[in-house]
Amino acid sequence: MELETQSVIDAEISAIAQATEQAGAGELQPHVDYPPYRSSILRHPTKDLRHTDPETIERWAPCFSHRDVDPLESDLTIGQRGEPVGERIIVTGRVTDGEGRPVRNQLVEIWQANAGGRYVHKRDQHHAALDPNFTGAGRCLTDDEGNYRFVSIKPGPYPWKNHLNAWRPAHIHFSLFGTDFTQRLVTQMYFPGDPLFSRDPIYQAITDPKAREMLVATYDHDLTQPEWATGYRWDIVLTGSNRTYTESEDSDL
Amino acid sequence: MNTTASGMSTPGQTVGPFFHYGLPYDGDRDLVTPGSPGSIRLHGTVYDGNGAPVQDSLIEIWQARPDGTVPQEPGSLRRDGWTFTGFGRASTSRDGSFYFSTLAPGATEPGAAPFFAVTVFARGLLDRLFTRAYLPEDEAALAADPLLSSLEPERRRTLVAEKDEQGYRFDIRLQGEDETVFLLFPGR
Ligand SMILES: [Fe+3]
Repeated sequence: MELETQSVIDAEISAIAQATEQAGAGELQPHVDYPPYRSSILRHPTKDLRHTDPETIERWAPCFSHRDVDPLESDLTIGQRGEPVGERIIVTGRVTDGEGRPVRNQLVEIWQANAGGRYVHKRDQHHAALDPNFTGAGRCLTDDEGNYRFVSIKPGPYPWKNHLNAWRPAHIHFSLFGTDFTQRLVTQMYFPGDPLFSRDPIYQAITDPKAREMLVATYDHDLTQPEWATGYRWDIVLTGSNRTYTESEDSDL
Repeated sequence: MNTTASGMSTPGQTVGPFFHYGLPYDGDRDLVTPGSPGSIRLHGTVYDGNGAPVQDSLIEIWQARPDGTVPQEPGSLRRDGWTFTGFGRASTSRDGSFYFSTLAPGATEPGAAPFFAVTVFARGLLDRLFTRAYLPEDEAALAADPLLSSLEPERRRTLVAEKDEQGYRFDIRLQGEDETVFLLFPGR
């Protein structure tokens, strides 16, 4: 199959952006039916999602502790024979619910490409070097204030086959659990000022620009450590049905 | 920019094709040891809009214990073989199939229909999807269930697991005629 060019994808992206802007209907969550991301075409539900109130089990979430996660798992630059190649980074932030309350002691999992844009994955065919000192997966638990923190390497952008000359902006995949099942989130964190943003159908599938920008970390020089690593801050908001507080607070509204 | 404007939540993104390095772990799909007393198999296949199996998807379940209580014990990532944590994760194989070894969930409230809470991730799927796999046995409870009773019979069928020798079969269709009913909870 012949791949379309970037300009075809760009035109589709801007047509959708214009239509949503005119309708005033930018969406805060990704539009699952987003044809510029070609593999979404056969993999999104076509019927409306069913509005449902969470039942008992859905108002709880699985529990994780230091029995599950070793503190060393939050540093992706250690555990191998030598230092990984690339720009060492600290990525930290706070996980809160929709009312700004910390999401405590919950599991955060990340995975990412190395500095050259290559994943340690048998299906990654990118001709960039594997780094014997970097595997690119980590975990941690949020602390009592909802903070998470990883040490890693800044991932490179990488090519993919969505279209001809398709490149993903550099990103780190994040997986998070909240305090109820309905808060479950898998997403991607991006780096500020990436020139690939406007060309990436995965990022652009979130049609509200403000919502989209919530996925972009901020460079934080106070977090940067001399002679060691640059710092990025990225906060995460997990809204959901909020088992613990919703009822009592709703009555105050 | 990193805004926390009220009412906005961090948007989801696809799990992508390379999650196998980050998310699966030893014992992820075995909430209990396969074949141990009371163990059942929950299994199925994920299909796309052409009816082709989806080989790069990831399914998670979250469930009550057989007595209907909600587990709140850690240990899902490092299973000790004794603690039932209620959480499991399974990536699909090349044929689109997944399985869990687990216990049948009980009713969390008197008369409620027991189900597995299910989350679906896949390459090509821009945001996670929620659904439920109801156990088929208690027909009265199923008939009284608010979600099931609000659905047309052919849609309702997509949420009820099928009994088989080892446990239950629950196929997931992302799109098409028999598309699984996916859920939207208030709050996001
Ligand atoms: Fe990626």
